[in-house]
Amino acid sequence: MSDTETASADEAEISASLTRYLHDKLKVEVAPDDDLFATGLANSMFAMELVVHLEQTFGVMIEGQDLKLDNFRSARSMAGLVTRLRS
Amino acid sequence: MGTESETYQLGILGAGVMGSGIAALAVGHGVPVVLMDTDPQALERARAAVAHQVRHAGLVAALPAGVPRGELVLSTSPEDLAGVTAVVEAVTEDFAAKAKALATAAEAVTPGTPLLTNTSGIPVDELADGLPRPGDVIGTHFMNPPYLIKMVEVSRGPRTADTTLAATERLLTGLARQPVVIRDAPGFVTSRLLHPMINDAIRVVAEGTASAEAVDQLMRGCLGHPTGPLRTADLIGLDNLADALTALHLRTGDERSKPCVLLLEKVRAGDLGRKTGRGFYDYGEGLK
Repeated sequence: MSDTETASADEAEISASLTRYLHDKLKVEVAPDDDLFATGLANSMFAMELVVHLEQTFGVMIEGQDLKLDNFRSARSMAGLVTRLRS
Repeated sequence: MGTESETYQLGILGAGVMGSGIAALAVGHGVPVVLMDTDPQALERARAAVAHQVRHAGLVAALPAGVPRGELVLSTSPEDLAGVTAVVEAVTEDFAAKAKALATAAEAVTPGTPLLTNTSGIPVDELADGLPRPGDVIGTHFMNPPYLIKMVEVSRGPRTADTTLAATERLLTGLARQPVVIRDAPGFVTSRLLHPMINDAIRVVAEGTASAEAVDQLMRGCLGHPTGPLRTADLIGLDNLADALTALHLRTGDERSKPCVLLLEKVRAGDLGRKTGRGFYDYGEGLK
């Protein structure tokens, strides 16, 4: 596999792990592209739980410009953020 | 608050949930804070808690852009309050603890410095009673988290000076909070109405009528409550809720305000809500 393919495989795995986490927390099925805030599934308190979860689970630090709600809208956007911070 | 003509330095007494939350609100708005507690370990925990909450406020765009953070000083000695322009008392919801903290602050600050108590329902005038300058005391009941909830319940005691009220309103406005001033009374407005309702919600769970999730779902979906009473209880902190209910029961005689058995059981078990990771819900290790 090329580096790009590895990265996207990792990203898909992270996204899958996050949809499992969201299902566990929110008690509903969550698709990778579901907008957690628009659907009312998540609120401002839960957003910070997501930050802490990503940092502890994937060993990243989310700081400065990255610390904005848009990055946490969906499992896919969070997986993208983690992948970028890890590279 | 660079454009304000007044510059502030806030003294905060008590490094618990509300003390650290109010500190996060202030430093996030560029106001320097002296956070005082008698327990050095509580202060150490508060350092991380304030940083966490400033990040949270930043995440949800609840802080003004381009304002440098205010400095946070952690202290166990009242002398460090000497230069502050206002004090917020946020110690345990217990009359004696609050009266003692306020007396210590009153001695340390310049006369006329507003002494704001964050009590959720002990009448301000009772707390002001033993102090050398009762006119300096006013109630500012912040909600948790103080950096996300813009409205603050301000309780004006019968002896609160006009200058104290005016200075408090300027301070809150500078912190982008919206004060609503009411007359001093046990439980003020919010705790008088909310706390017995939460207590009843816990009784409903204890009686097996519905799960905590179902109670919250109904209160949200049918009645438009933003989070539901049990999640709100976890956010307040169950020990604080029980203390506030006891204070209300003591002063009103209202039996609905007597902390119910399940609430007291959870407090005894150390399941205090979000701050310990578990209450009526599980929050995981991350939030401890």
